[in-house]
Amino acid sequence: MALDDRKTSGFTQVGTRPNRPDGLDKVTGRARFGADVTAPGMLFATIVRSPHAHARIKKIDSSKAEALAGVKGVVTRADFATGLTGENWNILENVMAGDTALYDGHAVAAVAATSALIARDAAKLIEVEYEILPHVTDVDAAMADNAPVIREGAADKSVPEGMHPNVVRYHESGHGDVDAGFAEADLVIEDHFRTEATHQGYIEPHACLATLGGDGKGELWCCTQGHWNVQKICAALLGIETANLRVTASEIGGGFGGKTAVFIEPVALALARKTNKPVKLVMPRPDVFKATGPTASTSMDIKIGMKKDGTITAAQGVFRLQGGAFPGAPMEFTAMCAFAPYALKHVHQVGYDVITNRPKQAAYRAPGSPMAAFAVESVIDELCRKLELDPIETRLKNASKKGTKASFGPMFDQIGLVETLEAAKAHPHYSAPLKPGQGRGISCGFWFNHGGETAVTLALSEDGTAQLAVGTPDIGGSRASMALMAAEELGIPYENIRVTIADTATLGYNEVSHGSRVTYASGLATIEAARDAVGKLCARAAAKWGIPEDAVKWENGCAVPSGPNAGDFDPMPIAEITKRMGATGGPIVGHFEATPEGAGVSFATHIVDAEVDPETGKTSVVRYTVVQDAGKAIHPTYVEGQYQGGAAQGIGWALNEEYIYGDDGRLQNAVFLDYRIPVASDLPMIDTVIVEVPNPGHPYGVRGVGETSICPPLAAIANAVSAAAGVRLRELPMSPPRILAALERQRDG
Amino acid sequence: MVEVNLWSGLRALADGKDKVEVEAATVGEVLEGLVMAHPGLQDAIDAGVSVAVDGRVIASSLTEPVQPDSEVFLMQRLKGG
Repeated sequence: MALDDRKTSGFTQVGTRPNRPDGLDKVTGRARFGADVTAPGMLFATIVRSPHAHARIKKIDSSKAEALAGVKGVVTRADFATGLTGENWNILENVMAGDTALYDGHAVAAVAATSALIARDAAKLIEVEYEILPHVTDVDAAMADNAPVIREGAADKSVPEGMHPNVVRYHESGHGDVDAGFAEADLVIEDHFRTEATHQGYIEPHACLATLGGDGKGELWCCTQGHWNVQKICAALLGIETANLRVTASEIGGGFGGKTAVFIEPVALALARKTNKPVKLVMPRPDVFKATGPTASTSMDIKIGMKKDGTITAAQGVFRLQGGAFPGAPMEFTAMCAFAPYALKHVHQVGYDVITNRPKQAAYRAPGSPMAAFAVESVIDELCRKLELDPIETRLKNASKKGTKASFGPMFDQIGLVETLEAAKAHPHYSAPLKPGQGRGISCGFWFNHGGETAVTLALSEDGTAQLAVGTPDIGGSRASMALMAAEELGIPYENIRVTIADTATLGYNEVSHGSRVTYASGLATIEAARDAVGKLCARAAAKWGIPEDAVKWENGCAVPSGPNAGDFDPMPIAEITKRMGATGGPIVGHFEATPEGAGVSFATHIVDAEVDPETGKTSVVRYTVVQDAGKAIHPTYVEGQYQGGAAQGIGWALNEEYIYGDDGRLQNAVFLDYRIPVASDLPMIDTVIVEVPNPGHPYGVRGVGETSICPPLAAIANAVSAAAGVRLRELPMSPPRILAALERQRDG
Repeated sequence: MVEVNLWSGLRALADGKDKVEVEAATVGEVLEGLVMAHPGLQDAIDAGVSVAVDGRVIASSLTEPVQPDSEVFLMQRLKGG
């Protein structure tokens, strides 16, 4: 049987907008999220957290807590594996402090009891004696000579000699001679930018239910973006065999990267092992803010040179990111994404990963890229204003395209930046008149996207319907996309395919749902698994007809002879084959297990209109348009949702959201009342334009779309607000006090 | 021989070079060749790298083929949200 590897047209299912398969469950409350799972006799757990930003733990006394009626067990660091190294050690150190509490909210002990109330009361009875140490929470302050050292010896070999020990990783890349490039420029602008840490703000707090018996065998139900990763890490931290821990991912109420990490699951497992009971652990919202993984905060210097005709002659960036008390701030991605939209002869970027007394950062949609775009696109905007150039034409003049040597090194393959810019230029929004007090900003953004280890199984039922098991938690509508792709290949209705997120005992290893990889990689795997099943269906038909397998092809859900020489047989529908499959060779199952490596990079261009009230400093986003390359939109409604979601989160990041630390190093705003995410009434209708420049690395041309949409908003909004306010805003969030201060500085000259 | 481009931050670990030639037919052999030529690169490679071959970013597969005239860039390992 001959199957085309790539399909770019003639779709019957892909590109349609069927109802979402999880819709009824979610609107009726039938969907089971992390906190919805229960077990007979289960205990409830609470974690005791450090109230200090930096403190040596001198003594933990849990005797009073353990004496409380209903308390069944207390765990501390002593209840976890020893001898860990590398990232496993870092994760354990973050999950449960060892000798030192490294940030406000760092876990130091945990207790399990017969009710949540008793567990909370017991936590208050656990006495921890601290020796308070000097702390630092600001990235620039942490690099200064007099900064307290968070952790000696944390730096890797990439860090140049002479740097403060809080600088733990270093990145440098680029090409050409930036000094020569700046000399060619008619105008060079150099500026400094800062962004504060933000949280992904997922509605569902982390939650899990764990069992772990004396035989070392356990089960874990949790809300996560990657349960194989949870399995691997928990097994290491508990010192058990990986296969003895079965992990099931619950329905997930938002992740955005924040649920790619492990925080509470090893604690629940340790308590379950100690008490020999199921243990449920649900994070209260303040714990989510204090002790999961927000973004890095940044301090950035950008220098760009431009000719009068808009040609960028050179670009340079220094990006300092703090990612909490552990290495891992994504400064290399900030550096590599910063200038990626532009074809540059001379470019140089430097990144510093700096540790501070804050929680360990985690991924948040295109980690590191939005901040870079904010700084770079602000300077480009300023250059365009001063040289009186059209911002889209200027970006088109410099845009990366196929064959461009990327700022981070290699040549780009087929990409769609120019197409997004052309679509933005043609959009009515770009030429619509502005009202007094309003400003318009545009920005481009870039993200790499990712493939990763993927395993999929597609099992056919006797009635010709199909059960598709994937291993990537559905964080953005992937079950609908998978069903559409399987339906396209099998030629059966979308509704005849049920997609399940399989547990770790059911499929081979699946990498986390991150890097915008799911529709790309699990989608590719689904297509290949369906083609594997179709091959087997054709083989059964060939056997029935007594002709060679390659004389049968698959059309519209039926096996048919591949040509006149193959014989004259009526089409054999899928259900006719599957109803006899037990007697004709056994179950028909398609498989695919691989590491797809063709995730195409993605670009977007956003247009924003903002209005600033000079009396109060309040900003309103009055119009927003997202233009992004999806490669191929499998379910356009979900793609549009990703575009709108990225813009909405970007609006919050740009205007209001920030981690606010007091002089004592404690987080001041660890509840949604004080941490201001946008609500529906804060947002305009966010218009979307789907550009489709196929990714050569996917059978249908798919590019990931989940992350790129958050790359341009910070910059596009900053450019719009700066235009509306008449003053350049260089620090995020552009909250009313900052806008008023900027206006005042401008008035004062 | 395949010419491998290193990101500038690795120069200090590769005797000041930002291009290293290795005998390799796959991504895995590229990485082995780099460590053989410059053992100081071992930690950086163990920490996680991606390899861009003719513009295609290989995040983890060591068996991906590399041609003598391929454009090869070592990059830090890609992750996402």
